[in-house]
Amino acid sequence: MTRLVDAIVVGGGIHGCSTALHLSLAGMKPVLIEKDYAGRHASGVNAGGVRQLARHVAEIPLSIRSMGIWEGIGELVDDSCGFESHGQVLVAENDAEFDACRARVAELNALGFTHEELIDGPELRRLVPAVAETCPGGVVSRRDGAAEPARTTTAFRRKAAAQGATVCEGVAASNIRREDGLWRVDVGADSYAAPVLVNAAGAWAGRIAAALGEPVPVETVAPMLMITSRVPHFIDPVVILRGRKLSFKQFANGTVLIGGGHLAAADQDRNETVLDWRSLAVSAGTVFDLFPVMRSASIVRAWAGIEARTLDDLPVLGPSARHAGLYHQFGFSLHGFQLGPGAGAVMAELIVNGGTQTRIGELGIDRFCSFNPANEDETL
Amino acid sequence: MRATPKRDNYDIVVIGAGPAGLAATVFAAEAGLSALLLDENPGPGGQVWRAISSTPVAEREQLGADYWAGADLVQAVRSSGAEIIHRATVWSLDRNLEVGVSVGGASAFINARRVVLATGALERPFPIPGWTLPGVMTAGAAQTMLKSSGLVPDGRTVIAGQGPLLWLLAAQILRLGGRIDRILDTTERRNHIAALPHAFAFMTSPYFAKGLAMMREVRAKVRVVTGVNELSAEGDGQLATVTYAAGDRRETIPAGLLLLHQGVVPNVNLAMAAGVEHRWDDRQLCWSPVVDDKGNTSVEGIAIAGDGAGIAGMEAAVFRGRIAARAAVQALAPEEAAKLAPMAMLRTNLARAERGRAFLDTLFRPARQFRIPKGDTIVCRCEEVTANDILDAVAIGATGPNQLKAYRRTGMGPCQGRLCGLTVTELMAEARGKSPQEIGYYRLRAPVKPITLSELAAVAKTEADVNAVVRG
Repeated sequence: MTRLVDAIVVGGGIHGCSTALHLSLAGMKPVLIEKDYAGRHASGVNAGGVRQLARHVAEIPLSIRSMGIWEGIGELVDDSCGFESHGQVLVAENDAEFDACRARVAELNALGFTHEELIDGPELRRLVPAVAETCPGGVVSRRDGAAEPARTTTAFRRKAAAQGATVCEGVAASNIRREDGLWRVDVGADSYAAPVLVNAAGAWAGRIAAALGEPVPVETVAPMLMITSRVPHFIDPVVILRGRKLSFKQFANGTVLIGGGHLAAADQDRNETVLDWRSLAVSAGTVFDLFPVMRSASIVRAWAGIEARTLDDLPVLGPSARHAGLYHQFGFSLHGFQLGPGAGAVMAELIVNGGTQTRIGELGIDRFCSFNPANEDETL
Repeated sequence: MRATPKRDNYDIVVIGAGPAGLAATVFAAEAGLSALLLDENPGPGGQVWRAISSTPVAEREQLGADYWAGADLVQAVRSSGAEIIHRATVWSLDRNLEVGVSVGGASAFINARRVVLATGALERPFPIPGWTLPGVMTAGAAQTMLKSSGLVPDGRTVIAGQGPLLWLLAAQILRLGGRIDRILDTTERRNHIAALPHAFAFMTSPYFAKGLAMMREVRAKVRVVTGVNELSAEGDGQLATVTYAAGDRRETIPAGLLLLHQGVVPNVNLAMAAGVEHRWDDRQLCWSPVVDDKGNTSVEGIAIAGDGAGIAGMEAAVFRGRIAARAAVQALAPEEAAKLAPMAMLRTNLARAERGRAFLDTLFRPARQFRIPKGDTIVCRCEEVTANDILDAVAIGATGPNQLKAYRRTGMGPCQGRLCGLTVTELMAEARGKSPQEIGYYRLRAPVKPITLSELAAVAKTEADVNAVVRG
C-alpha cells in the first residue's frame, strides 16, 4: 500500500528526528524511516557535547541557532535531555598553542562572533582546577555544555510522533525513487510517497546521495569513547585539548567520558565497530598524565558510533543541486550532535518557506559537484 | 608462572581454566600448538574446581569426588607445555582475534589464530523483594568462600531456590559443620510432571545417583519446605527475616543470611562483545551462543566450550573443551590431529555426559515470578532501577534493553548487565507481548571487566606513542 505524506525523512538520528519534529510543528505530516531504531548509531552514542567552541566559521551561524534551541530544549521536546550548561574549555598546553588561540578569537571577533573568549592561566585553572600548571591558558565558550545523546534523540523522536509524524523503525528505506513528481520509498511491504525527501541517513546517506546522482566525498567513521567509574567531582566544563586528540567531561553521577576522535574500524553493513584499544590506551595515557585524580578510575565501557565524515569536515545541509524536493542533511563529521536541533529547524524552514534566515550557504552539496539544474533528468 | 605473556602471538588462546579450558589447553599444547591459558583466579579449576590446588579443606569427602577429579587435569595442563597465566583479566576480544588482557597492573594485547572461550557460567539473577539487602547473597558466592577459605555460615541461615548446585552447596556446608536452618525449595510442583518424559535418560546419567544421595543427605539434617511460590527478604539496612509462602501456608522466619540460587546460565559477556551470535534458549531460559558441533561460533576462529556454550555440567565441559581444541589442531596442524582421540569418540563421550540434561532443565526451570519481578523490586542493582521503572519506560517508548539505557541507564553500570540482563529481557518481552529473542539483549562492549585507567595507560606502546605523550 502506498501512503501519501508531506515529507519522507530517511534516518532516525538526531538530525532526522529533529527535522521530523520541526516539520510536524510547522503543520506537515512527515514519515520518519529508520532502519534500526532512533539513535542506534552516532546520534545515540556520541559524547553528547553541546559545543559552539572551536567550530569552522562556515557552521558557526548554524551552531549559534542551535544553541538557542538547546537552551529551551525542555519546552521543545518535554524532556530536559540531560542538558547542562557548564561551558566548554579548550586548553592550550604551550605558548604556541596559546598564540593560536589568541589569533582564533581575534578572527572570530572580527567576524562579529563573540561566543569564544580567550582566557589566561589563572582563569583556566579557576574553570578547570585539575589542569596542569604548565598550561598557559585557552578559550572558553561559556554557554556550551553537554547533554545525554540517546535520551535526546529519543526525546525528539517521541515528540515528533506526538506531533503527528509517522515513525517507522526497524525496516530500511529502500528503492528510493522519483516518479510522477513524487518521491517514493519502500519500507518493507509498504510504500510512502511525498513531494519532499530528506536524506538524513548518517553513515548511510552518502550511498543515497550517490544513488540519486549526487556523489559526495564521504567516508564512514566511528569515533571511540570510553567512560569511567564514578570519581569524586573535580570538573564542571567539558575540556578539549588544542594540540592532542582528547576531550572529556564529568557527569553529575561522577563518571567521566573520555573521547577525542580516535577512530574504531567501522563495518556499517554489519552495524558493527571494532575498537582500536591501542589508540584508547594513548588517550588513557594522556588523561593519566594531565589529571592525576583520574589515575585510579576504572574504564567501565568503551564504544564507537558509526557516522559520516566529509572530505572538508563540514556537513552537507540544504536542497539538492539536482532534484526538486530533495534535501540533504548529513556528513556532520564527528560534530553533528549540537547542530541537530538547529539543523532540523533550518531544514523545516527550507522545506516549508523555501528559505532560512540562518546562514548555511557554505554547507550546500553544490560545493562538491557542479550540475546544471536545467539539464536535470527527472526520470532516474 | 610468568606475570605477562611471553609472546605477542599464539596458535591458540584459551580463556578460563575451568574443566573446559583445562581440557582444551591440554589437548592443544600436547599436539604442539603454542597455547596460552588465561584465567582470572589465583589458581586453576574455575568454579567447580575452585582452589583445587590451594583449598584448606583437606578431608576429601567433604567436597566430594567430583571436586577432586579436577586434580588430574590440572596436573596434565601443568606438564603440557602450555603457558598458563593466573590473575589475568581478559577484558577484550574482537573478531580479529585480538585479546586484551590485564595482568599485574598492566594491559597487553595478544593475537591468536584460534580462541577457545571457556568462561563458564554465572548464577541466574534471583530478583525478589529485598534481594539487595546486606545478608542476602548468592549460593555461588557462599561456595566460593567455602572452597577458597573453608568458611561456612554459622548464624541463622536460610537457603532458597532450586537446582543441583543448591543441593551440592547445602551438602558441603553441612559436611564442614556449617549451619542451615531451613531450605526453601522453589521448584514448581508441575515441573515434576513436565520432567517425567526425560526421567529415563536422567536415570542413566552420572548425575542421577549422586543427586539423589546428596538430597537424602541434606534432608536428613535440615528442614526442607517444598513448593515455595513466594519469597521475600526483609530488614532495616540488614537482612532480618525471610518470608515465604508455600501453598496455603505463609511464614516469616528470622535469618541472618539468605543464600539464593536458581540455577546457572552461560557467561556470555566476552563472546557477545566479540560479536558472536547468540540465541534465546527457551528450555534453559537464557542466551546461548550459536555453535556448531565443534564449538565454532559465528566469528571465524572463536570457539566456545563448557557451560558458556549452554549449561551441561562439568563432565560435558571437559569433552566440549577437547572437541574445540581438536578442531583447532585439525585446522592449524592437521598432521598432529591424527594422534589425538578421534572426534567421533569425543562426541560419543559428550553425548553420554549430556544425557539427562533435559530432565534437569525441565525440573529446575525457575518459576515465572522468580524471574520476572513486579512493583518496586529492584532489577538493576547498579542504577537502582525497579520493575515498575522499566514498565514505565516501556509505556513511553522503550522497545528493548538497548533503548532502555536511554531512559534508565540499566546495564550501564559496572556489572555490565550480569545481574539484570536476563530479567530486563524477560520483563520487557512480557510487557510488550514479544519473545525474548525479539526483544534482544544489551549490546555488550569491552572492557567486559572494568580495568583501571592506569592499567590501560600502561599498555606496551610503540616508541612514537610513548614520545607523543611525554610532556614537554
